[in-house]
Amino acid sequence: MTAPLRIGFIPLVDAAALIIAVDKGFAAAEGLEVELVREVSWSNVRDKLNIGLFDAAHLLAPVAIASSLGLGHVKVPIAAPFNLGINGNAITVSPALHAALMEEIDGDRFDPMVTAKALAKVVAKRRKLGAEPLTFGMTFPFSTHNYQLRFWMAAAGVDPDEDVRLVVLPPPYMVDSLANGHVDAFCVGAPWNSIAVDLGIGHILHFVSDILDRAAEKVLAVRQVWADKHPDVVARLVRAAVKGAEFIENPANLIEAAQILAQPERIGVDAEVIQRTLTGRLKISPDGTFRESGRYLLVGREEAGRPDPVQAAWLYAQMVRWGQTALTPEGVKTAMAVFRPDLYDAALGRRPPEQAPAAFGAFAGPVFDPDNIRGHLEAFEVGRWRT
Amino acid sequence: MSADQSPKIVIVDESPIRAAILEEGLREAGFTQVVHISEMQSLLARIYAVDPDIILIDLENPSRDVLEAMFQVSRAVKRPIAMFVDQSDSASIQASVEAGVSAYIVDGLKKERIKPILDLCVSRFNAFAKLQEELERTKSQLEDRKIIERAKGILMKVKGLTEDEAYVLLRSTAMREKKKIGEIAQSIITASEMLK
Repeated sequence: MTAPLRIGFIPLVDAAALIIAVDKGFAAAEGLEVELVREVSWSNVRDKLNIGLFDAAHLLAPVAIASSLGLGHVKVPIAAPFNLGINGNAITVSPALHAALMEEIDGDRFDPMVTAKALAKVVAKRRKLGAEPLTFGMTFPFSTHNYQLRFWMAAAGVDPDEDVRLVVLPPPYMVDSLANGHVDAFCVGAPWNSIAVDLGIGHILHFVSDILDRAAEKVLAVRQVWADKHPDVVARLVRAAVKGAEFIENPANLIEAAQILAQPERIGVDAEVIQRTLTGRLKISPDGTFRESGRYLLVGREEAGRPDPVQAAWLYAQMVRWGQTALTPEGVKTAMAVFRPDLYDAALGRRPPEQAPAAFGAFAGPVFDPDNIRGHLEAFEVGRWRT
Repeated sequence: MSADQSPKIVIVDESPIRAAILEEGLREAGFTQVVHISEMQSLLARIYAVDPDIILIDLENPSRDVLEAMFQVSRAVKRPIAMFVDQSDSASIQASVEAGVSAYIVDGLKKERIKPILDLCVSRFNAFAKLQEELERTKSQLEDRKIIERAKGILMKVKGLTEDEAYVLLRSTAMREKKKIGEIAQSIITASEMLK
């Protein structure tokens, strides 16, 4: 056995591969002794990883990149040898906003361009009436949720910094905030969207997979220096996570996996709610309407576990688009270097796949090219980027 | 804030006792402008209303992520947070994270004024943690005593021992097995319940 590892996580379904790797004994089979530490905020996870109180962590992909760039906090280079999840978020709106959107909707209500245009009309109407701007909750300034909400609404000309308010809310507070009218909508991971629907206070407007077909969400993060020092432990950790992801993706294990994840010291919600997320069959409306998507959350299938540096570049491009950092060639390089498919391949003892990973499949804008972020950003009307 | 004025400090903490301990320490050290926020609803708006120079928040608080938004320029923030703590001062970060507190420094505050506040914060948080630990220990000692009393009762009844003999038996068994006397007592209770 190697030295015991402390690994931080936030109770969300996309920590599944990590939790299963530990609780099903895949980590132990790799000779790893792991203590999973449940945390309450992304800031805590980031800080404890950065100063070495954690050896590894379940981390928002953009936080890993921001940490390597020194944005918003101390600069600590991070390496992500495993991708814990692709997609998995949803946008939930209050019944009132849902009704207002449906009144304006002109076309397929699951088409994000149609809903974004409806949102633009609702925003314009409210402005005319002198009503307060709509407020959207998301989880962190450097979060996929922040960028996904912005990407969606900006496609129809809604400026996320001018026309609406975007506020950070810890995931466990999202549902309450929607219920008491503090926010009109939110973008968050599982299980919180389902919980809002079950309580009858929210409608799931979009799975984020409607907006982006394939978006890196959480990563297994370690410090770059730590990865350099312990390549063998990193490889074992990756193999354990891969086995955890495989276990989850096997439909025969669905009930057992959901039960393990539902434990109070893990995610701590009803196993049935977790099952919905894992199968991608979600109740989207309090009236009991269900919607199913094979792309709701990808834990291991379709090469989801292999980190894709192009995804990191896309996240960096969002930071640039919304003015969190200036566009520089070094910045792109640093961001892409966070995602480490080489460590993933080495752990599994295989050669890089010949086929390039599947693209984002964004519903708006041109195909993303990491070598021409400037050109990509110029194609969007709304944004506040600078070089 | 002019140089001679005490910086305005906001404490965001849902634990009233810990907040009081910290506030008292800060006041004793001459920081007279201290505001405690315990309500997390609309946290940024509450902070905005106070317009502090330093924000202290406990790490058990999920709302810490809300504060991170203050690094971003937005209408919700009057003066953006300039830094977490000094980038070069990793010892300070380590000490505060380990103590369970985090400090956000708002733009404009002089660097040399930050350290004493942070140090005080860390020592008060550590003191609170120690207090809590002692409380837990006392609680478990009390619990142990109750368990030992029950186990003695069982031994006296089953083996016809006096109270002193029952205690000696418990203690010598604990020593031989290299276990705590409370653990031995607990196993006697468990066993006797199973044999009922």
